[in-house]
Amino acid sequence: MPGSLTRDAITIALVTGVLVWVLPLIIGTYTLTVLVIYGMLALSLGLIWGFGGILCFGQAAFFGLGAYAYAISAINIGESTLPMFLAVLVPAAFAALLGAMMFYGRLGDVYLGVITLVVTLILFKTVNSTAGPQYAIGNARLGGFNGIPGFPTLNVPGLPDAYIWGDGYFYVCAALLGLVYMLVTALLRSSFGRVAVGIRENETRMSLMGYDVRARKTVMFAIGAAIAGLAGALFANWAEIVTPSLFSLGQSAEIIIWCIVGGLGTRLGPVLGAAGLAYLKFLLGQQALIDNALVTGLVLVLFVLFLPKGIVPALSGLWNFGFVRWRLPGHIHQRRRPRGRERTRNG
Amino acid sequence: MDDVALETYGLTMRFGGVIAANRVDFRLRALELRCLIGPNGAGKSTFFRCITGLQRPTEGEVYMRGIETTGWMPHRIASLGVGIKTQTPNVMDSLSVHENIWLAARRFHDLREADRKTQEIIELLALGEIARDDLGRLAHGERQRVELGLVAAGDPWLILLDEPAAGLSAGDIERMTGTIRELNSRAALIIVEHDMQFIRSIAETVTVFHQGKVLMEDHVDRVMSDPVVRNVYLGKKA
Repeated sequence: MPGSLTRDAITIALVTGVLVWVLPLIIGTYTLTVLVIYGMLALSLGLIWGFGGILCFGQAAFFGLGAYAYAISAINIGESTLPMFLAVLVPAAFAALLGAMMFYGRLGDVYLGVITLVVTLILFKTVNSTAGPQYAIGNARLGGFNGIPGFPTLNVPGLPDAYIWGDGYFYVCAALLGLVYMLVTALLRSSFGRVAVGIRENETRMSLMGYDVRARKTVMFAIGAAIAGLAGALFANWAEIVTPSLFSLGQSAEIIIWCIVGGLGTRLGPVLGAAGLAYLKFLLGQQALIDNALVTGLVLVLFVLFLPKGIVPALSGLWNFGFVRWRLPGHIHQRRRPRGRERTRNG
Repeated sequence: MDDVALETYGLTMRFGGVIAANRVDFRLRALELRCLIGPNGAGKSTFFRCITGLQRPTEGEVYMRGIETTGWMPHRIASLGVGIKTQTPNVMDSLSVHENIWLAARRFHDLREADRKTQEIIELLALGEIARDDLGRLAHGERQRVELGLVAAGDPWLILLDEPAAGLSAGDIERMTGTIRELNSRAALIIVEHDMQFIRSIAETVTVFHQGKVLMEDHVDRVMSDPVVRNVYLGKKA
């Protein structure tokens, strides 16, 4: 792999810094905060799907679990530091169990999709039906379809009265997204990440080379859930209420659309896809002429038809093409290799 | 037991009413090169899949260097130091040749050693010119060569190859023969193959499968001139 991790880290820090400085001049920080959170959520699926080859239809389940884990523990503990960690650990542990069940059971991709979808549905239905006062964890009433309002929001670690909100909260979220992005970059550069990409490409070959595909996919799945859980906790703090709609299938579908539009197999694509589409939805929400879902659907169809690889791969392809042409005028810049693959005999 | 690389006792594989492998007793010495031949449906590929863990035998036992590996998953068998190449090309197509081989080397070596090993394999197989190309864009012969590199990168002591010469040109086969000889200086090999020309050029001992059983096991010249084997290949009644 060309370049070094340090250089990547500096680039990410610089880009994050510039965006955090420039974007609030254009869009309000309250809206920007949720765009950043959705970006992190999309990155979690972009990691396990785009690099790990695990198509999860229930990434919203981990998002919702993170949000609920935060809200419930924040009410019981009374401050936010430990709940933030719980919001990462609970979804990760849940995903590790679910993943172990699916991957060690050698389920095919289709069944993996079905199971993650159904688990999301079960969580949605279960949380939805906990309206009565008998459903409580410690001091926190689950509240059914009304959700849980009024939990302590993010505070400075060690100072329960120093709440972080408004512009400050936006900076925290943006810094956390930058940090998660760096960690994902480091992960993909590590041997674990490179092996994960190998598994995405060919599970049989990787297991014939001695890699335990089941264990590695389970770990990857849990890492994705941890990131989604962190995004969920940040969302809970932003919305100041958690409701079962976090677990909805619509939310899960939206994450998948963000990834497709932004570009799978890239880190930046899902983040951009999420922020772009969520902002579009926000703008469309201010008028009543066109239905929101209609536009999201149209965008997806157009992308699948005309830019099936998504924004970021298309742009980087264009950039590489122009760059190489400019650097090597008049040269044949791509070596031609024989393309034809002879078919092997069966026997 | 170090002089025995692989043994099977009564290995049997049934698919419903069909017995694809029937009580196969097999024994391979360390550093031996053995070819498995037989007409289509003779059971050689089933036997191959059973010893590599891709299928679980219905009955019987498999031992590798004296360790029982019956019913192990392929990754556990590979972790013992067994290199496996399946019948159809099994490679990571959208990754570069270098990355493919690195992934194979990394399983058995630390970071620095894996980089060195990758370089060594690339030189051994003369892949330097195409090392940075995506594997999916290469010709079939080159892909087969890379897959052999994946097998060799783990320094195996037992190598199992299913039809390595399938679909290769004469030049590619010659190169493949050289590589296999090279590998054989450090590892025992089992090669499932159809190509008689190729078998003649590398094999000493050949095992002939027919209807799920071992029909004959002898020196390649005697096997080729045996009337029963010739009849089996031509589809006549044995």
